[in-house]
Amino acid sequence: MSEDERSESGETEWPQTRVLENTLYCGVCHLPPEYCTWGPNPAKCKVWLRDNHPDMFTVLWNDADLTAELEQLQISEAKASETAPTLTPKQKKKAEQAKRVTIKRVERTKRKCVVIVTGLDKFEPDLKRVAKLFAQRLATGASVTKCPQGGEEITVQGDCQDDIYDIVLDKFPNVPEEVIELTEDTKSKKKSGGA
Amino acid sequence: MFKKFAPKEEISSQAKTKSSVQRAIRAKLLEQYPALNPYADVILPKKAPMVLIKCKDNISMIMMNDTYLFFQTFDGPYYPTLQLLHKYPDIMPKVQVDKGAIKFVMAGANIMCPGLTSPGASLDAGIPKGTPVAVMAEGKEHAVAIGLMMMSSDEIMKLRKGVGIEPVTYLGDGLYKVCAEAALSALAHAESDSE
Repeated sequence: MSEDERSESGETEWPQTRVLENTLYCGVCHLPPEYCTWGPNPAKCKVWLRDNHPDMFTVLWNDADLTAELEQLQISEAKASETAPTLTPKQKKKAEQAKRVTIKRVERTKRKCVVIVTGLDKFEPDLKRVAKLFAQRLATGASVTKCPQGGEEITVQGDCQDDIYDIVLDKFPNVPEEVIELTEDTKSKKKSGGA
Repeated sequence: MFKKFAPKEEISSQAKTKSSVQRAIRAKLLEQYPALNPYADVILPKKAPMVLIKCKDNISMIMMNDTYLFFQTFDGPYYPTLQLLHKYPDIMPKVQVDKGAIKFVMAGANIMCPGLTSPGASLDAGIPKGTPVAVMAEGKEHAVAIGLMMMSSDEIMKLRKGVGIEPVTYLGDGLYKVCAEAALSALAHAESDSE
């Protein structure tokens, strides 16, 4: 590829542009660090920058005011943790559900069933890829479908709940084992349990 | 335009382009951003599949190698994503807003003329109405937004009032976040592949 590049760019006079490789983005708010001040949580960004790119940090911020900021951050965090338990049960449930991966076995006709995997989208952005992986590993059909709650889920044909459990554990190390929930069938909504 | 952008809901279709379409798009992009010519094979490799993502409101985006590159509305001009612009900062005309405006720009406000004519700002003469421009900020290295000139730069200098630039995308908006996440996950994939 580099050869093509040279031959093409060669002597022609295109307008020039600089190329900035590896632009640094803040690990907290994804903005370039110089814009963190206007980000959602500047104090946290500061801490991140100090820990990860101290050279940049000294250029952008004066460390003088960091201690004060840090204190504030701690206070606000403490506040946040104080306020956390006061979440309404509904919100709490939602927050919990948000990070769950449910592998549900749903009966279709007598001895046929499908397995529906919900919640994986929180860990893996490309569900299609995952569906394909399931399909290939299990030699069945797998597709990404919209679920009634608005998110997306993977429907896998056949009774392969346990196999999927293994694959998820194996292939997605960022999915902790304890968030995976195995459920069976049911027309009544979510029955937790039976792992 | 992208104040909120939820890929799950807004993306209506996502498909690989035909190679002829890909060539056409590539030619159009290079015509619009001639400075990219030397890097065309890096950004838009001929061989790699190009994915055209169609979204609500007639927005379509071009994605290659899991990175969002450009987007457009209807058949309008292509805009680079901010991440791409950060990498190749000189591909489009630039305007600069003063420090006071950054806060508002990053909240998605229209860029008013006074923010472009004050001492901290700079504006090249001769940018016609309807040109996509990179919006830089006083004292910052990276662009804060990409916008569309609502007046020509001469008019802005003369009137010094009203909306000068309408932002299309800005740091921290929905599109920016989606791009940032895509970049991160691409990185993660690359790492896991190399392992």
